[in-house]
Amino acid sequence: MKTQSILICGVGGQGILTASDLLSDVLLRAGFQVKKSEVHGMSQRGGDVVSTVRFGEQVFSPLPAVGETDYILAFEKLEALRHVRYLSPRGIVMVNDFVWKPLPVAAGFATYPGDVVEQLRKLAGELVVIPATGIASELGNEKASNVVLIGLLASRMKIDKAVWLEVLRKKVPPRLLELNLKAFESGYGFKA
Amino acid sequence: MAKELLSGNEAIARGAWEAGITFAAAYPGTPSTEILENIIRYQEDIYSQWGSNEKTAMEEALGASFTGARAIVTMKHVGLNVAADPLFSASYIGATGALVIVSADDPGMHSSQNEQDNRHYAVAAKLPVLEPSDSQEAKDMVLEAVKISEAFDTPVMIRMTTRTSHSRSAVELGERQAPPEIEYKSDFSKRNLLPGNARRRHVAVEERLKKLAVFSDSFPFNVLIQGRERIGVLASGVSYQYGREVFPDACFLKLGLPYPFPIELFRRFAAMVDKIYVLEENDPIIENFARLAAPDKEIIGKDVFPLLGEMSQDVVAASLGLKPADPGIGAGVPGRPPSLCAGCPHTAFFYNLGILKVQSKGDIGCYTLGALPPLSAMDTCVDMGASITVQLGIEKALEKAGKTTKQVAVIGDSTFFHSGITGLVDVIYNQGKSTVVILDNSITAMTGHQENPGSGRTLMGQEARRVDILKLVRDGLGIEHAYEVDGYEVKAIRELLKREMARPEPSVIVVRRPCILLYRKARWSPAVVDKETCTSCKTCLRLGCPAISTDADGKSLINASLCSGCGVCIQVCPYKAISFADEKGLHISSMTLEKYAKGGAQ
Ligand SMILES: Cc1ncc(C[n+]2csc(CCOP(=O)(O)OP(=O)(O)O)c2C)c(N)n1
Repeated sequence: MKTQSILICGVGGQGILTASDLLSDVLLRAGFQVKKSEVHGMSQRGGDVVSTVRFGEQVFSPLPAVGETDYILAFEKLEALRHVRYLSPRGIVMVNDFVWKPLPVAAGFATYPGDVVEQLRKLAGELVVIPATGIASELGNEKASNVVLIGLLASRMKIDKAVWLEVLRKKVPPRLLELNLKAFESGYGFKA
Repeated sequence: MAKELLSGNEAIARGAWEAGITFAAAYPGTPSTEILENIIRYQEDIYSQWGSNEKTAMEEALGASFTGARAIVTMKHVGLNVAADPLFSASYIGATGALVIVSADDPGMHSSQNEQDNRHYAVAAKLPVLEPSDSQEAKDMVLEAVKISEAFDTPVMIRMTTRTSHSRSAVELGERQAPPEIEYKSDFSKRNLLPGNARRRHVAVEERLKKLAVFSDSFPFNVLIQGRERIGVLASGVSYQYGREVFPDACFLKLGLPYPFPIELFRRFAAMVDKIYVLEENDPIIENFARLAAPDKEIIGKDVFPLLGEMSQDVVAASLGLKPADPGIGAGVPGRPPSLCAGCPHTAFFYNLGILKVQSKGDIGCYTLGALPPLSAMDTCVDMGASITVQLGIEKALEKAGKTTKQVAVIGDSTFFHSGITGLVDVIYNQGKSTVVILDNSITAMTGHQENPGSGRTLMGQEARRVDILKLVRDGLGIEHAYEVDGYEVKAIRELLKREMARPEPSVIVVRRPCILLYRKARWSPAVVDKETCTSCKTCLRLGCPAISTDADGKSLINASLCSGCGVCIQVCPYKAISFADEKGLHISSMTLEKYAKGGAQ
C-alpha cells in the first residue's frame, strides 16, 4: 500500500492537536505504521496550527509532500486555502464553514478573501463544506467541532467505524463522552 | 512489549527512565520543553527540576554525575550557548554516572531567534553526538548514550530537532534498568580543573576521541543499507527519512553517531556507489568529514541542498530538479501572526509605551509580541537577558557623546531569573540611569507555562519559597526606586512610567499580574461596546486584543467568548463606550490568582 497523508489545519485553540492524536491512534489500531508531526511554539498564541499524519506499511517522512496529500481537514476556511497546495489532484478537502479573522484583518490591515470556497472548489478533487462549529454549538459545546470534523473524515476513510468509536471511548473523558459521540455521528452522517 | 505512539520528546523521557537515570534538569525552550514535562511522570524514580537557566541546569546535572548517578540535562539549541562554559569543562572532567546532554535544534526557526547546528559543539568540545531520526531511535539512543558515557568516561550529546522532537511514531516500551550505586567519592585530579590537572585531562580527551572514532565504525546505529542502485545517500537525523522517500533504490549510510565520524565504515560505503548525496539539516558537518575521507568521490551536499531552514522530501527533490518548485498557491493568503492573548497582563503596559512614544529595549518571551503592530513598542530583541545590558550600552555610548536619553528595558520574570539579574547588577555598579520594567506574570508563559523561581511551585509540583522580585531588587541590590503596579491598571502604569522615566537615577517597575491562562475559565463578565456611544475612534483597537474587532459600520465589537473581562479596553475608551456586560458579575481584575487558580477550589 502506498503511504497516505492527511493534513489538519486551523487556528491555535481549535483542538487540532487533539484531533490529530485521535486520528493517529485510530490508524495505529487499524494496523498501520503511523507518523505524525505538528508545530508548537509561537503558534499557540492565536497563530495558525498545522499537524500532518502519514500512514501505510512503511512510513518514512512525517511530512506530506506538496501536491501529494490525500485529505485536508481544515478547521477554518482561510487555513484551508493556506495549505491547499499540499493536496493531490484527486484529494479531498473537508472544510469547516467557519471564519476566524486573523488579527491583521480584524484591525483593517488586510482583507479576508470573499471567495475561499470557490477557490478551493477549483483546486480540490472533492470539496465538502461542513458547519462543524454550528453543529457542535447546537450539541451544546463549540469545542466539540473538532470531533464533528473527525467524524466527517472517518466517513471518507476505509477504516472500520468501530475502531474510531473505540478510540473515542478510550481518549475522551467520561463526562464529555456522550457529547463527543454525538459530534462524531453528526460528522459521520453529514450530507452536504 | 507494548508499542505506543510517542513524540520524540516523550521518547527521550521514556528512555531516561528505562536507562536508570535518576537526575534530570533543564531550562525550558521550544522544542525541548516537553522532555522534562514528561519526565515528571516518572518522579518516583527520577528527581527532576528546572534550573534558572541552562548553565545552572548543566552544572547541576554534572554534580549529580559526580555521585555516580545517571543524569540528563535538556535545552533548546541557544540554551547550549548559555551552558557552553560547563559543557567544555564537563568534557575534560568526564562522567562518573552517565551525563546525557540533549540539545534540541530548530532548523527553520519555528520558534527561535536563530538556527544553529549544535553538532558543532560536539566537535568543538570533543564529545560524541547522537542523532535520532524518529521516536524509537530517540528512546533507544538515550540508552546508548548512557552506555557510551559510562564506558568512555564522557558526557554524550543527543541532537534533536523540531521535527524529531515534535513528531510522533510508534515506540516499543522496555523495562527500567537498575540505577547504579550512588556515593560521592572525591576525585581531585579529574574534577578540579587547575591547569596542572586540566593539561592531563586534555591528553585523556584526545585519547578518548580516538577510541570513540574506532567505536563509531561498528556502532549499530551507524547503518549501511544495501540498495539496488549505485547511488549513495549519506544522512543523519530526520533527513534520512526524507532521503528514503526520494531515493527508494539507493544505498544508504545512516549515521546515528555522526561524530566521531566512522571513517572506515564510510569508505566501505563509498566503494559500493558511484556518487554520494549528503542529507543533513543546517551545516555540512558529515559532508565535510566525508569529503576528507574520500577526496576522489563525487559528493553532492550543501552545494545543492540548502543551508537554511528545514529539509523535507520536497526540498530534497526540488534541489535536484526532480520536482517543480512549490507552485505557491495560497501565498497571498493574509498571515495569522501570533498575538498577546485576550486579557494578557502585558497589553496595558505596551499600550502605554505607545502613548508615551517609547521604543523599549526588549527581551524574549510572550512580551516580545509587544514589538508587533499595533503595539509596536519594542525595537530590540537579542537574546535572553539582553534587554537590560543592551540598554546600558546604548545609554553609556550616548552619554559619552554628550547626548542623554532615558531608556526603558523590558524583561519577563523567567527571563529576569535566567540572566537579567547580573545585567541589573551592572546597571547599579556602573551608575546607569535607565528604567527596567519586569513583566511578572508568575510563570514562564511563552514556552507553555513552566514554573520558575517566582511561581511558588517546583517542576515536580511541590510548594516552593517564592523569590520576591521586588524585594530582591530593592533590598538585595539596593535600588531605591523600585515599585510594583497591577498589569491591568492602565493609568497607574502610565503615571509610574512617566515619573520614573523623568528620574535621573536607575529604577525598576515590576508589573505584576498572573498570566491570564493561569486563571481557571470562569464566567467572567465580558466587556461590551455601546454602539450609540462608540465613535469609531479605534483607540481600543490599538490594544491589539484578539477579542476586539470592528463590525460592518466600523464600530468596535467585542467577541464575548474570547473576552476575559480584564477591563483594560474599558479604561482606554475615551468616550466611555465600553463597560462590563454585568457590572456585578465576576471580574478578573479584582480576583487574586490564589482564589481562581486552575485546579483550585471553586
Ligand atoms: C537561552 C534561551 N533559553 C530558552 C529560550 C526559550 N524561551 C523563550 S522565551 C522564554 C521564557 C519567557 O518567560 P518570561 O520571561 O517569564 O516571559 P513570558 O513569556 O511569561 O511573558 C523562554 C524560556 C530562549 N529563547 N533562549
